Amino acid sequence: MKEILEGSHAVAEAVRLCRPQVISAYPITPQTHIVEALAQIVADCRLKADYICVESEFSALSACLGAAAAGSRTYSATTAQGLAMMYEVCFNVAGMRQPIVMTIANRAMSAPLSIWNDQQDSVSLRDSGWIQLYAEDNQEALDLHILAYRVCEDHEILLPAMVCFDGFILSHTYEPVEMPEQEDVDSYLPAHRPYQILDSADPISFGMYATPDYYMEFRYENQRAMLRAKDAIKKYGALFGETFGRDYAGLIEGYHLEDAEIALVAMGSICGTVKDAIDEMRAEGRKVGLLKIRCYRPFPDEEIAEALSHVKTVAVLDKNISLGSKGAVALEIKDTLYGADIDVFGYIIGLGGRDIRKKDIRAVVDLAEKGSGDMFYGLREELL
Amino acid sequence: MVDKTIEHFECGHRACGGCGAATAVRLILKGAGEDVIVVSPTGCLEVFSTPYPETAWKVPWIHSLFENAAAVASGIESALKQQGRSEKVLVIGGDGATVDIGMLSLSGAFERNHNITYICYDNEAYMNTGIQRSGATPFDASTSTSPAGSCSMGNKHQKKDVPAILAAHGSPYVATASMSYPADLMKKVETAVNTPGACYIQVHAPCCTGWGFEGEKTIAVGKLAVETGLWVNYEMVNGVLKKAKKVKRKPVEEYLSVQKRFRHLFKPEKNEAEIQKIQAIADANAEKFGIDI
Repeated sequence: MKEILEGSHAVAEAVRLCRPQVISAYPITPQTHIVEALAQIVADCRLKADYICVESEFSALSACLGAAAAGSRTYSATTAQGLAMMYEVCFNVAGMRQPIVMTIANRAMSAPLSIWNDQQDSVSLRDSGWIQLYAEDNQEALDLHILAYRVCEDHEILLPAMVCFDGFILSHTYEPVEMPEQEDVDSYLPAHRPYQILDSADPISFGMYATPDYYMEFRYENQRAMLRAKDAIKKYGALFGETFGRDYAGLIEGYHLEDAEIALVAMGSICGTVKDAIDEMRAEGRKVGLLKIRCYRPFPDEEIAEALSHVKTVAVLDKNISLGSKGAVALEIKDTLYGADIDVFGYIIGLGGRDIRKKDIRAVVDLAEKGSGDMFYGLREELL
Repeated sequence: MVDKTIEHFECGHRACGGCGAATAVRLILKGAGEDVIVVSPTGCLEVFSTPYPETAWKVPWIHSLFENAAAVASGIESALKQQGRSEKVLVIGGDGATVDIGMLSLSGAFERNHNITYICYDNEAYMNTGIQRSGATPFDASTSTSPAGSCSMGNKHQKKDVPAILAAHGSPYVATASMSYPADLMKKVETAVNTPGACYIQVHAPCCTGWGFEGEKTIAVGKLAVETGLWVNYEMVNGVLKKAKKVKRKPVEEYLSVQKRFRHLFKPEKNEAEIQKIQAIADANAEKFGIDI
């Protein structure tokens, strides 16, 4: 059924449909509406779950870890400073292979304090061992939660996942979304069957320490699970299409990419603006396309290399900056296309909630065509 | 009735000979009985009991981080409730994880009154990293980060009163115990795990390596702490003091003089003034808890 919902509420309803048994979160802007809505859903008995009102994001994810280790499906949500506060737990959850799903309502990192959107928060956690999915719109944000649980709980995967969607731009925007039926979600996402749990009838030890003789193999197994997750996302993304009619079989998505000479690469809500700008440029006869990255971790390097193999120029739009280097996505695209005869330029854009308009996208394409790149786009020179 | 002949903490772990914490844990698990899930923060206990692929735990056990054991336990308890399971959730962590870095999640778990028992084995310093002071280190103890020196008498602060802090959260049961009094310790653990809500026990667990005494004297040193009034074994029910172990008190010097961490109070010459400050702490404890016979 189609409903017009705020993005946060669409996500909360998606989480409800996934039937987590334990939810633990600490409110933080712009994630707040998600956890408020879920608290109400639990208070209204629309979901049978325990909602733990913790005292910090640190304890929110720690409580989820405990609940997951005890065998329950769990959920949390956060953003920016809250995610930073979870940093240590994020690595721990991934290392302990707990299939927790967490929404990130993407927001800029302080200082200076900003509540507005960019993707520095989750991009900074790219190395933590979590699957990272980025939504372009609220429908995708909703759907990716259901997909994420299906992937994470697969015994071949057993990894946590962040579903990232842009704070305010999506979280606080009303859009029509197709809300799945509970019975369809139940058939797509079976009841959680944990691999190993804390159980007094079958005691095992979780989270032991590993000497140099053992540590590296654990990390290797983590890496292998991450790489296996590529196929799992494709498989369950296709199954999602069969069940709900919206296909997520790809880790990436192309828009007018087949015959493009210049390709933009981006993640998240900016892709909608890019598509509109491409429509304009295409009408003018310019061969521009978009490669949208939906799955950032595991990084779809082979898929990207293939999808971009025919273009002359790539312009990567990064809503983050690896300070002292370049935009994180641009770096990886350069790595992926190393040796190919393709010019790759990176543009840092839209940090701290600065608007990105169609004319900005057009300007970036012009810059790339001129061979000018690896720069902050849209700086106010008078402030520097 | 808990069968106290069953061992849930296996021999073969790697604790130092005479480790107070290892003995305390063995007794704690006897007191807690069957159907228990244990959470441990990072610390000596985790390190000496679980070098992968070995484990000393015969009950389900989980370690996540240094500072989140109470939050992890909260999640476990919540999950058990949702699944209709009745296992008891027990945290066993050191004083660093409890008194210092874990206070945030500990306070949160007690404010929410999860049905968990949190036990702090208090060896009065960060022992697995090399004997640095914690908030539970006693006044004047010399540690590697509160060393005695030509212008220092060691640790400048008294122990943080965590039992009082947690009692103030509305905890239904807060107790202190000593591994030198096994029957009392086991009984208190049994009481705590069978009391609904967030319960706390702080267990005095001498550390022969960190405090500087021979491993065979652990029980005796622990007893001296109680007999001098520097450690008081008591119970608080709903924030009200119910019982404190009475003693015929010995001078604190008897306890201090057998440990290297207080050696600077006696060498090169005996520092009467400083020892009197510590005696005053014991006297205040005795008055507060009414332990004098």
